[in-house]
Amino acid sequence: MTRMQAAEAGWQQRAGRGLYLAFCVAVFVFLVAPILVIVPLSFNAEPYFTFTEGMLRLDADAYSLRWYRQVLGDEEWLRSLVNSLIIGICATVLATALGTLAALGLASPSMPGRPLAMGLLISPMVTPVIISAAGMFFFYSSLGLAQTHLGLILAHAALGTPFVVITVTATLAGFDTNLARAAASLGAGPWRSFRRVQLPLIAPGVVSGALFAFAASFDEVVTVLFMGGLDQRTIPRQMWAGIREQISPAILAVATMLVAFALAFMTAVEWLRRRGEAVPQ
Amino acid sequence: MSTSPASSTAAQHVQFDGVSKSYDGATTVVRDLHLAVREGEFLTLLGPSGSGKTTCLMMLAGFEVPSAGAIRIGGRSVGDVPPRKRDIGMVFQNYALFPHMTVESNLAFPLEVRGLDKAAIRERVRTTLRLVRLEGFEDRRPGELSGGQQQRVAIARALVFEPNLVLMDEPLGALDRRLREEMQYEIRRIQRTLGVTVVYVTHDQQEAMAMSDRVAVFNRGRIEQVASPEVLYEEPERPFVATFIGDNNLLRGQIAGVDGDMCQVDVGGERVEAFLVAPLSAGDAAILSIRPERVGLAPRPGMYTNEIEAGVEDIVFLGDHLRIRCAVCGTEDFIVKIPNIVGHGAVMTGDRVRIGWTPTDCRALELDEEL
Repeated sequence: MTRMQAAEAGWQQRAGRGLYLAFCVAVFVFLVAPILVIVPLSFNAEPYFTFTEGMLRLDADAYSLRWYRQVLGDEEWLRSLVNSLIIGICATVLATALGTLAALGLASPSMPGRPLAMGLLISPMVTPVIISAAGMFFFYSSLGLAQTHLGLILAHAALGTPFVVITVTATLAGFDTNLARAAASLGAGPWRSFRRVQLPLIAPGVVSGALFAFAASFDEVVTVLFMGGLDQRTIPRQMWAGIREQISPAILAVATMLVAFALAFMTAVEWLRRRGEAVPQ
Repeated sequence: MSTSPASSTAAQHVQFDGVSKSYDGATTVVRDLHLAVREGEFLTLLGPSGSGKTTCLMMLAGFEVPSAGAIRIGGRSVGDVPPRKRDIGMVFQNYALFPHMTVESNLAFPLEVRGLDKAAIRERVRTTLRLVRLEGFEDRRPGELSGGQQQRVAIARALVFEPNLVLMDEPLGALDRRLREEMQYEIRRIQRTLGVTVVYVTHDQQEAMAMSDRVAVFNRGRIEQVASPEVLYEEPERPFVATFIGDNNLLRGQIAGVDGDMCQVDVGGERVEAFLVAPLSAGDAAILSIRPERVGLAPRPGMYTNEIEAGVEDIVFLGDHLRIRCAVCGTEDFIVKIPNIVGHGAVMTGDRVRIGWTPTDCRALELDEEL
């Protein structure tokens, strides 16, 4: 390689790296910055959605916890939090049980029509939510389940199940079928074999699926808009109302808390995933 | 297809009665299998991969269902008995230890299923671990053990609930050679100590020879021969058995005449005396099987009944013996193994030598077209 060629290669390499860096920064700015910018704004002492002069001067008086106090002291916000938790937890339990059972059934080689069943189970994930929500609204209304907690729990369970099916199926792919045979040869019935051998080994998949299902319910707004009445207002629904009806940085405080919550949540999922990988097979 | 005469004194423990297995209805993995395993016997199912031996084991364990025929354990047909009710100890190819449980929990598992109390379980686990020489490993997890140790745990777990039938599916396949030989000895010792019946699957003929009371040689879903290792080696009844067990020269010939147990066979322009194994008559095609170590050099004529002149194609010096490849009887791959008592340079490539063998060492078998 001549010196000219070497210099040229070096220049190309530098340009390549520069482009790569610019791309990364752009991704970061467009994806993360809008989320980060709400954090300081939520501490705004004034009822504005913009940075005040005092904030820009880093004046301590320009910041306050008033919006946090307002949210945490507001009955409507607290009720929506309780609603979110009730609906989220119940839907998660339901989705986890159904999704795990479905994944176990789908993993059995004797199961007929596997691709079709899998496709149907996953469909709530790929169908636009507005379509499932509208469908559910008409269907559940005729059953008298619209504007009830049970209706929303069922709807969110349907939306959360695919996450569980996918994560549990993935863990089952690494599951040694001989372990189930070994348990049977040692005298264990199907339930004992599942509880003592299979479940502990696929637990990371079950738990991360459950976390995803919970997250799906916790930040869901479209179905709630269709199906929920005043008594079923969840946090996202309350934020929606807040933006439309009374623009106040209280929403930003809620958003900041939700971001912190989501971060902790995803960290937990990632930690579980790594632990699942570390299980010796 | 004959088996060595079943002894009438030993009780039959397991019986395959005309068992066939096909997964798709078209290809048959196991065909019309008849096999009896005696009480307390170490019986090995030996064969190349895809010969149906593992399928047989899985049917016996209850994980596969025979397409036809019946399997009896202790005289009772087990067609409708699920695996967990068969009370059979099973050692899997990859051990199938429960990775999230300690050694002690792995062993306690079948005992808890059977409702033993804690003290009894503890005691039984300890005795069994002593049997496989793994005392003090109770609190380890399988991932913290070496391959050989995991193997011992797998064996211990298959024995801890005191089944009287234990199945082993290529249990030593993952171990290195030295450990494999050690474990062969260990498994044999444990089997003799407990007197359990073992049905063992392997594709390694040396392993089968070293461990078994009897070996069933599988080929294409059928049993070619069931016999003790000695009989399989000395008296193969089928060409497949003759080649699969040990080294052998197989020559294709034609029966020229039959004289009681003996016959004359034309093979590659020579006529040799042979021991008639299959019910063949003059004019039939036959396969001659001659062990390389049963062929000798005949410096003086008249040392053997069968003596032929052969051209030396190649010599491999192996220290204690020489492996000579000869052109004779229409083949250039006739192997002669002679002990190194002739000394270096006694036979050279390109020489013409007289080789010979005793007619009873030359077995005339039925031609197997699929071989």
